[in-house]
Amino acid sequence: MTAKIEVVRPGIFATVQDLGRPGLAAIGVGRSGAADRGSLRLANRLVGNPEQNAALEVVLGGLVLRFSAPATVAVTGAPCTITAGGRAVGPHAPIHLRAGEDLVLGTASQGLRCYVAVRGGVDVPAVLGARATDTLGKLGPPALSAGMTLPVGTRVLDHPGVDLAPRASLPEEPVLRVSPGPRLAWFTSDALSTLVSSGFVATSDVDRVGVRLSGPALSRAREGELPPEAAVPGALQIPPSGQPILFLADHPVTGGYPVIAVVDETDLDLAAQIRPGQRVRFRPA
Amino acid sequence: MRVLPYGARAALIDFDDPSEVLGLHASLEQDPPDGVVELVPAARTLLIRFDPGRTHHDRLAGDVLDRSTVDIVPRETAEIVVPVRYDGPDLADVAAAAGLSAEAVVRRHEDGTYVSAFCGFAPGFAYLTGLDSALHLPRRPSPRTRVPAGSVAIAGEYTAVYPHASPGGWHLIGRTTLPVWDVERDPPNLLTPGTRIRFTS
Repeated sequence: MTAKIEVVRPGIFATVQDLGRPGLAAIGVGRSGAADRGSLRLANRLVGNPEQNAALEVVLGGLVLRFSAPATVAVTGAPCTITAGGRAVGPHAPIHLRAGEDLVLGTASQGLRCYVAVRGGVDVPAVLGARATDTLGKLGPPALSAGMTLPVGTRVLDHPGVDLAPRASLPEEPVLRVSPGPRLAWFTSDALSTLVSSGFVATSDVDRVGVRLSGPALSRAREGELPPEAAVPGALQIPPSGQPILFLADHPVTGGYPVIAVVDETDLDLAAQIRPGQRVRFRPA
Repeated sequence: MRVLPYGARAALIDFDDPSEVLGLHASLEQDPPDGVVELVPAARTLLIRFDPGRTHHDRLAGDVLDRSTVDIVPRETAEIVVPVRYDGPDLADVAAAAGLSAEAVVRRHEDGTYVSAFCGFAPGFAYLTGLDSALHLPRRPSPRTRVPAGSVAIAGEYTAVYPHASPGGWHLIGRTTLPVWDVERDPPNLLTPGTRIRFTS
């Protein structure tokens, strides 16, 4: 019999995520997948899963899961209190649950997204080769809701040799490395130096598509529209307001606003943990 | 043709002539330079994502600039015929804006031979070039919150078939029952870049 996870409480917003659907942008399908890929991979490694198994991405914690059968899980990403069958347990380590026990995530004290992997993976049907929910492209399973059940799969590796992965805590003010984007010439000569020398604040408009930032306006040197062109995760798109939009996992495959700079792929996990109201800085790669 | 940096792992090829996009796309697909991970065509550009451990911007730029897009023939694809019922809610408005009768709008749309140039906006949403210039109109001033799947629409220099129900600002001139997008099919998108398309009522 397939083990099941019952979603008792989904928190604010939780989705099934894996490493997404790379290589399909030419047919209009973005990569999607975990916004903080490093945390997803770590959670999978801690329970002895292949890295591409599907797990849960949970905004700000607040999730309650009930397990129908004994299970091994791990929680990574934004730090939050965790209890398993009423016992206080820690993040970044395998957690063992007995049948009928609940896993309860408190509210994340820092960062934005927690990841919960279960040994065997979340076994919802794959769409175009992945189980990730693409919130913009409307692919993959629906967001978690109370009462939903999730099947647990059987794709596992050997149990891992490590049982605790130390992780650096999330910075108060993340600094993201940027390289020039394709439309730098559309901006005034000081726009890039303004980007890397000023502080920006994440607005309340933060989701899997991107982070809308507020700060000094990055001024255009030329007006006009750009025909649609392909975008990548990490692109900093500048709409007419001059306020940057940082693209994350579910960004549009093509966009029409000029991209001034691109956040390095290695810093995107950090970018995925930016909370509304948090200060952010950029520096040259 | 200009090669623009797009962060540390991609380059954007910017073309003066949009017809060159598919030519270079075909050339790079047939004979990909080392380290290329993905190609994404768009209206006037081609994005090349690469593995920075295997190549770098200048090497890739050199390879791309050495290729002539003039002699490259895009891969042959079967022509797809899309049956249309031309009864869209914007047909009369399009006719008025174009200074044509509704019948003439339909005839001009049917007479075109289209090529899928690129996808975007939504999975499977293909921008088809080849629209009669008399039908080039700006988007509707206010987008609809819901456009039904299968709507045949025009905007700017493009025509398209909405693959799923979604918001949209294009002019709806008809609808088709042909499923242009099906995730159970391989490939899921019927109108992949380079495909030739005709519409018939």
